[in-house]
Amino acid sequence: MAYPYQLGFQDATSPIMEELLHFHDHTLMIVFLISTLVLYLISLMLTTKLTHTSTMDAQEVETIWTILPAIILIMIALPSLRILYMMDEVNNPALTVKTMGHQWYWSYEYTDYEELNFDSYMTPTTDLKPGELRLLEVDNRVVLPMEMPVRMLISSEDVLHSWAVPSLGLKTDAIPGRLNQAILTSSRPGLFYGQCSEICGSNHSFMPIVIEMVPLKTFENWCSSML
Amino acid sequence: MLSVEAQKPPKGKWTTPPFDPRFPNQNQTRNCYQNFLDYHRCVKAMNRRGKSTQPCEYYFRVYHSLCPISWVQRWNQQIQDGTFAGKI
Repeated sequence: MAYPYQLGFQDATSPIMEELLHFHDHTLMIVFLISTLVLYLISLMLTTKLTHTSTMDAQEVETIWTILPAIILIMIALPSLRILYMMDEVNNPALTVKTMGHQWYWSYEYTDYEELNFDSYMTPTTDLKPGELRLLEVDNRVVLPMEMPVRMLISSEDVLHSWAVPSLGLKTDAIPGRLNQAILTSSRPGLFYGQCSEICGSNHSFMPIVIEMVPLKTFENWCSSML
Repeated sequence: MLSVEAQKPPKGKWTTPPFDPRFPNQNQTRNCYQNFLDYHRCVKAMNRRGKSTQPCEYYFRVYHSLCPISWVQRWNQQIQDGTFAGKI
């Protein structure tokens, strides 16, 4: 989850998010290098007494500063497209879970076998136990098996919402009348937090999402206990 | 435990709807609706011919997994009332 004074992304939980993290590091480094170069050149320009007022053409340097940016852009585009196609790979999910956005809570439906559905409300601040996170905890978490692709189908029962879990690299809009698919794979067990990401009324900031990734056996036991 | 074979679901047991190449993108609304229609059309056709509706169970499992419960309830209510807009 997010922590105080955080500067970068949350730790990646899914392979796609890891790729996105590395891509972001790569691209941000290029951006910093270009910015540093430009600032350095500007500072040089402003602190020199040398002048040259008869420049007519500069074919060599013009060629370099056309070709070099093109190469840099290709170096950014190729990893970006690779990840884009990776996100759209066909994978056969092992489980389907539906989530419906409401004002102002999420409800989850596991209907592959029995009909299991429940609501997930934020824990009010006054009811938090010591060590729990303010505005992020819920009463019923979404329990999912880890290391298996899970198909999430996201929709809404009233207004627009958005189901987002940053550490899994997921943000999918919940649109009434439409069923949006997101595929989720977690490499490790744990608790992963997210918040509603589309303005939906007065309690938009108070409808968080908590995913609890557990081993398959634990997930099966939890399902039986919830039915 | 982690071999490819061990992770495949046991043959013939239902797990979850497979990838449907007719609906490859993010918007799965039509996937849910189409399977709902196909189930009811299949049941109607099988009943008309006096055959068992067992093969229609596939469509039932798919729409039951994919469609939100409230949508299914609403459509079933509309079918009962005779106001369902789809062609069954």
